[in-house]
Amino acid sequence: MYRRTLAVALALTLATPLAACGGKDDPAGSADAVSPTDPGAVSGEITVLTNRTDLVTDGTMQKYADQFKALYPKVTVKFEGVTDYEGEVKIRMNTENYGDVLLIPNTVVTEDYPKYFAPLGSAADLSAKYSFTDKAKVADKVYGVAGFAYVNGFVYNKDVWAQAGVTTWPTTPAEFITALQAIRSKTSATPYYTNYHDGWPLSSWSQVVGSVSCDPKANDKLVTTDPWADGADIATGDTLLFDIVKNKLSEADPTTTNWEDSKGQIATGKIATMWLGSWAIAQMQDAAKKAGKDPSVIGYMPFPKQVDGKFCSVVAPDYQYAINSHSKNKAAARAWFDWFIDKSDSAAVNQAISAVKGAPLPPAMQPFTAAGVRFIELSQAGAAKLTKIDNASEVGISKPEYRQKLVDTARGAAPGDAKSIFTDLGKRWTEAAKTLG
Amino acid sequence: MRTRLVPWLYLLPALALLIAFTYIPVGSMISYSFTDWDGLDPDPAFVGVDNYVQLFTRPELFTVFLVSGYYLLAAFVQTGLALYFAFILSFKLRLRNLFKGILFFPYLINGVAVSFVFLYFFRPGGTLDAVLALFGANPGKLWLGDPDLVNVSLSGVSVWRFLGLNFVLFLGAIQAVPPELHEAAELDGANRWHVFRHIVVPGIKPILSLSVILAVSGSLSVFEIPFVMTGGAGDSKTFVIQTVKLAFQFNKFGLASAAAVVLLLIVLLVTWVQRRLVPEERTDLT
Repeated sequence: MYRRTLAVALALTLATPLAACGGKDDPAGSADAVSPTDPGAVSGEITVLTNRTDLVTDGTMQKYADQFKALYPKVTVKFEGVTDYEGEVKIRMNTENYGDVLLIPNTVVTEDYPKYFAPLGSAADLSAKYSFTDKAKVADKVYGVAGFAYVNGFVYNKDVWAQAGVTTWPTTPAEFITALQAIRSKTSATPYYTNYHDGWPLSSWSQVVGSVSCDPKANDKLVTTDPWADGADIATGDTLLFDIVKNKLSEADPTTTNWEDSKGQIATGKIATMWLGSWAIAQMQDAAKKAGKDPSVIGYMPFPKQVDGKFCSVVAPDYQYAINSHSKNKAAARAWFDWFIDKSDSAAVNQAISAVKGAPLPPAMQPFTAAGVRFIELSQAGAAKLTKIDNASEVGISKPEYRQKLVDTARGAAPGDAKSIFTDLGKRWTEAAKTLG
Repeated sequence: MRTRLVPWLYLLPALALLIAFTYIPVGSMISYSFTDWDGLDPDPAFVGVDNYVQLFTRPELFTVFLVSGYYLLAAFVQTGLALYFAFILSFKLRLRNLFKGILFFPYLINGVAVSFVFLYFFRPGGTLDAVLALFGANPGKLWLGDPDLVNVSLSGVSVWRFLGLNFVLFLGAIQAVPPELHEAAELDGANRWHVFRHIVVPGIKPILSLSVILAVSGSLSVFEIPFVMTGGAGDSKTFVIQTVKLAFQFNKFGLASAAAVVLLLIVLLVTWVQRRLVPEERTDLT
């Protein structure tokens, strides 16, 4: 038994001191990382941190590096795949050694960006070229650009839905439930899969914000209102999730779900529907190919809610790329940064929406455009405050815990009902918001 | 002079590691517990005992200790089983070494791997259900999904995993009991139970009391098995999981450090009480 104690002691004690040591000097006012004009003149070795360890090990990243090398012969790009990206990089950011180009961890608050990252240029210049620059804007300088963006919706198996006789997208949560019930009675598929055990797929339910109300300011409103009040975006999404589980339209044992398996199961029609970001489409199509099915069996639909007769879908930026302010090869880093975001096919292969303005939408989004879905971009003005309220209240609005509890309650494994949970969450949230002022 | 230095030289590597990876971190943990550090801020503010006040004014942070009760009960089951097996296997039996190996083996497997194995074991239609079906039983229970069962299932895994360690400790201690005593007792007409009760148990008392301390402190600080298997979902959250979540999800490193310090103090307290109740005495069987 004492091994456990040891392991814990180690885990706890190791994590803290590492974060403590290291550079505390503030390199504020460091020079802009300017895009080099002459590719032949740029030289040096840069390290790129990425959360996509799979792309590092399967050589995809190296292919990008080779393509880049053809243009910038004197620059060598090395990759470092980090499995626990958020946890590890945050700790490394207490030192100066966190790569040359990296993805900004979500825990770093925007106002701290100048402490860690080199400015990329003025907000006016960058916002003309890229979307979502607001999220990384501090005092009229931009410190990060999203690699790509995606929308959220339901990934579904077209065959199963057709078999259940549902061929048009439901337009209200009630219709959606009816559709799932039809799947339950007419097919052998699990109508909805929560991915409860892995947790993070549950947290993507937070992304309903904006898609329900079609309001570009929906995210900022979370700071000033109760997200679980009747009819609010989050409440609408969470109620739908609750009703799905309550009506026994999800898997029998949520506690032993498996994300990797779920991909194959939706491809083969054992699972009908999952709420995920559009980045998942490519992975599900791959799974379909591996299972010997036609990838076109994977469909994608928006949240069942219409405003003025139209669906809405929020285009949300993924991780933002930034350049380490301590980098010794800022020119080389910037060259890679520009090339990777502007020129590489990294967004296209992920079926993601490029952050570069005017880039064409990926094929996976064509059903959305065909159906006239409105794409909106959320204002991020309240993002920093939102994180503060979330941490202070310990609600975890974009973390899986409270939704796991919601699922437990819905399936009768925990006391209470949706209302009691929402009231409790709302109370904690608004109290924290009040305390923070 | 040289003779006095030499032992220190041998101790140096161990001491250096101990200081670098235990005492310094514990020291900085204690100092963080008086700040509002968020894990990244270069200069956290000193907040005094605020974190401790917050900790003790939020009873919901302590209700998770109820979960430890399951593990504590399991620890006693585990000690009993280990003692039983150790006593049986201290006699010359056929296939004795094989059984020793089987009992000790789970302890050698990495805890995370064990957790993954048992995730398959407990899933609906998994190994456990399949084995039960062989005997005609079909309980149809969600072993990890039912809040009344989840902690029993998880502490069962813990018993399976840590039984081997207790077993080896006991076996070593039992084998250190002088064999003449066994012989003498047998000549006096004592049966196995008498031998166990009056010779073996007093003979291994220090190890037994050590096991109890480890059982209590271990059950207060359960972590890896529930963390990997359920992530603390559905009533299986332990104090350490809660602490980790405070630190790494809500960036309250100060508060989490305070929680870790409190846990340390509780474990020290329990150990102290236990030592007062069962003072360590040199057992002398002769």
